[in-house]
Amino acid sequence: MSQHQSINDIQDEIIDEFSMFDDWMQRYEYMIELGKSLQLIDEQYKTDEYTIKGCQSKVWVFAELKDNAIEFTADSDAIITKGIIALLLRVFSGQHPKDILDAELYFIDQIGLKEHLSPTRANGLVSMIKQIRLYAVAYQTQIEE
Amino acid sequence: MTNTTFDVQAIRKDFPILNREVNGRPLVYFDNAATSQTPKQVIDVIADYYSRYNANIHRGVHTLSQEATDAYEKARETLRAHLNAKEASEIIFTSGTTHSINLVANGFQALLGPDDELMVSEMEHHSNIVPWQMLCEKTGSSLKVVPMNERGELDMETFDKLLNSKTKLVFCNHVSNALGSINPIEEIIKKAHSVGAAVLIDGAQAAPHFKADVQKLDVDFYTISAHKVCGPTGVGLLYGKRAWLEKLPPYQGGGEMIAEVSFEKTTYAGLPHKFEAGTPNIAGGIAFGAAIDYMNAIGFDQIAAYEHELLVYATDQLKQIEGLRIIGEAENKASVISFNVGSIHPYDIGAILDKLGVAVRTGHHCAQPVMHHFQIPGTVRASFAFYNTKEEIDSLVEAVKKAVSMLQ
Repeated sequence: MSQHQSINDIQDEIIDEFSMFDDWMQRYEYMIELGKSLQLIDEQYKTDEYTIKGCQSKVWVFAELKDNAIEFTADSDAIITKGIIALLLRVFSGQHPKDILDAELYFIDQIGLKEHLSPTRANGLVSMIKQIRLYAVAYQTQIEE
Repeated sequence: MTNTTFDVQAIRKDFPILNREVNGRPLVYFDNAATSQTPKQVIDVIADYYSRYNANIHRGVHTLSQEATDAYEKARETLRAHLNAKEASEIIFTSGTTHSINLVANGFQALLGPDDELMVSEMEHHSNIVPWQMLCEKTGSSLKVVPMNERGELDMETFDKLLNSKTKLVFCNHVSNALGSINPIEEIIKKAHSVGAAVLIDGAQAAPHFKADVQKLDVDFYTISAHKVCGPTGVGLLYGKRAWLEKLPPYQGGGEMIAEVSFEKTTYAGLPHKFEAGTPNIAGGIAFGAAIDYMNAIGFDQIAAYEHELLVYATDQLKQIEGLRIIGEAENKASVISFNVGSIHPYDIGAILDKLGVAVRTGHHCAQPVMHHFQIPGTVRASFAFYNTKEEIDSLVEAVKKAVSMLQ
């Protein structure tokens, strides 16, 4: 990452990108592409410990602290889920734990992917966001110590 | 069609929801195995109940209470006749199949010990596995699993081997929710009875497609959920042979289920009230009866014949999609097709189908052992009802092709 962008800057950028699409199909095709380019979690971390089990698709997420910023890597067995993860990581990866905890996540609603965050979708994304925040809490505590 | 009186377009007019659009496209509803849609005849019965005679039953001396009681008991009689049970008091209203199974599992707690064995099939819904596991934990009894073959048919040879004089209870679904397989329950019941075991058949997935005759089957317990037979959610039934229902203790204590209450001793009401503690889902029970009346008016023979036609058509059409694999190809199948395409995750296909207005179920269908058997994370499941059409199946096939082209 060349210049540091704030969480909201990135969210706005994503909303802007998605505004170029005319219909859901283009949005989904873009997400599928994003899914393919996701910064994947190291295979050694694809264990139960790092698994978030949705009812349907599985998500793995790993985090480490580098220079007071959290770097996330992740994966999923479903490609659309992976695409959304790619967006989430673009927003959260490289951010300071406190900024993650203070963030209000609004881009998903605005780019028309809200249904993927409804509990009925059961794809593990709601739990993934919780997990991202839990990592942030843990690393924030570590920084303060 | 063997019978020309089956008019699907006329039937569709009974279902207001089939007119709606989803994501700007006409709804194609193929998630019938999860919940069937409700005809206006049944919706009207619910509205009529709350508009005209909403009252608590079995207690009030006033007119409304009597009307509600009459309607509720009339529904019980409808359900009795539908299943050909000997008496209406063998029909227990429950909140659905899960409740029905838990009621029986709870009752058997007092009747089982560590030496006893229970038998379950590999293709059960979790609700026909977990209550029995809980029962085994409490009683120390062991749970034996009857496996299935690659086509999704029960391995009856293993069944024979597992069955023995220690077997006290056998439970199996009539139709598998994940695969659509119709299980040989006549044979299962007969064999289980030969060693003195009781049999519970989960009829949740069978009831939408055909009638069960509980006397002819000689089954001990049979369950149905109303929401799968054009009725409302949150209501169902447990059929039990009188002898068994009398033997089992009540499931829940409360109002309605008592004969006399004092702090020294409470005596329980007779059947069916012994198992119906508290104010039941009255409107739901009445509407359940109306739903069964509605389906019987169309005719289960006609429903089965038409649905079979849809199943054959959809199977043929779907199989033409490259890389599509149907999970569950039993010789006898209800109108349910579970499938995967290549290595595409079912969730991805389901998400795109939804965008195209096609409602299917994706995932493990609350039958994880089935998914483990086939070593897949889940399937896409399209389940057809008598109000579906071949044109809708064409829409499904086109939607799957579109999804595959986007996802591959």
